[in-house]
Amino acid sequence: MNADVPRGRWEIFVETFFRQDLIDEYSGAILQGMVVTIEIAILVVLCGLALGLVLAMIRAYRVWAINVVITVFVDVLRALPPLVLILLVYFGLPLVGLNFSSFVVLWLVLTLVLAAFAEEIFWAGILSVHKGQWEAARSTGLGFSETLAYIIIPQAVRMTVAPLTNRTIAITKNTALGTVIGVSEILNQATTAQSFSGSATPLMMGAIAYIVLFIPIVALGRWIETRFAWRRA
Amino acid sequence: MDAIIQNFFNIPIMTEAFPFLMRGLGTTALLCLAVIPLGLIGGLVVALMMGTKNRVYKWALICVVDFFRAVPPLVLLIFIYSGLPFAGINIPPFAAVCLGFMLNNSAYYAEIYRAGIESIGAGQMEAARSTGLNNTQSMIYVILPQATRNVLPDLLSNTIEVVKLTSIASVVAMQELLYSADMARSLTYNSSPIVLAAGIYLIILWPVVRLLSRLEHRVGH
Repeated sequence: MNADVPRGRWEIFVETFFRQDLIDEYSGAILQGMVVTIEIAILVVLCGLALGLVLAMIRAYRVWAINVVITVFVDVLRALPPLVLILLVYFGLPLVGLNFSSFVVLWLVLTLVLAAFAEEIFWAGILSVHKGQWEAARSTGLGFSETLAYIIIPQAVRMTVAPLTNRTIAITKNTALGTVIGVSEILNQATTAQSFSGSATPLMMGAIAYIVLFIPIVALGRWIETRFAWRRA
Repeated sequence: MDAIIQNFFNIPIMTEAFPFLMRGLGTTALLCLAVIPLGLIGGLVVALMMGTKNRVYKWALICVVDFFRAVPPLVLLIFIYSGLPFAGINIPPFAAVCLGFMLNNSAYYAEIYRAGIESIGAGQMEAARSTGLNNTQSMIYVILPQATRNVLPDLLSNTIEVVKLTSIASVVAMQELLYSADMARSLTYNSSPIVLAAGIYLIILWPVVRLLSRLEHRVGH
């Protein structure tokens, strides 16, 4: 009977990934994980973007020594895998007497990584504002800082919306790396439930939780990309 | 200060861990050699398929791409590595890592290629066709070389991300650079091996990041 084969496979599939009793049992844990993921994501996005913008503005003053420091900071954080940084901070700092919770470590590392990428993107935005804008603003009597804050930054930020959104989404997804140091976000809840239940259903629930959270954000990013297309001068 | 040197820059421990980390680096290199071409080819194929006139087909592809952009790569990796065996599908670890990374990277590379292809004016295609080249030939000889050049910084930037991404294979017990370093860390209860691994990543990737930074600022003008 040919019809039996697909039905049998389908049943195995449902039994493996969508067991109803496990869905009931662990949906609370997965929801808690979603709350933690959202909390970290919001903190990282706010702090990372703010720090990135501040660094880019400081760089605009073109003080040689400070710019070298900023460039090295940005390069190092762009070159190192975030998981390396997470392990280094999490296991390293207690050895010199600094104890941070895994939540704080994840927040700190992802914020610094996002700040580095954001600084680079904002800086490219500042550079791409036409020189005439600086000259015109200065000639009306605005000082350097006022020109930067009121004339250059608003135009620069608008141009960087699209690349910044994509980078921010990619780094926000790295909250899943927190599972390695025991942050109780979605993936951590899912793998814990998987080892307790001996079933792949919690993993599927975790994957679905990420999709529910991130598909709207990815779609938003796609829309923003067409709306604020990076205008190359 | 002594505590910092003792715990992060411990030369004897680094020396001891070095050969071990080099073996890990070999696996990382092997992973990169497998994963980067897979992602580049997969992405190009998806981008070319996205050029279709059929709107249903195109939207289906966009949904698939967005799906893989929405799932964190670590989740995908753990799902393939430890979820699929429950359904009786057993994939060797190296193949599992390659599959997970290919699905994830192809989605990102596809978006980059698509942007590149869209940046080439329709006139190029028309001109190529009018010289007697067929659709495929025009794509290969006229559109793609220009498209690739336009998005070179983005391709390079994504490739750096892919190299960095291989570090998460350590979570599924792939014995690459970070896995070796973390192993050495837990054996010595000292963070120096991770600092050493970070140093190795920096030596490899910093020059590429610098190059990328220059490329980006040049294109930005």
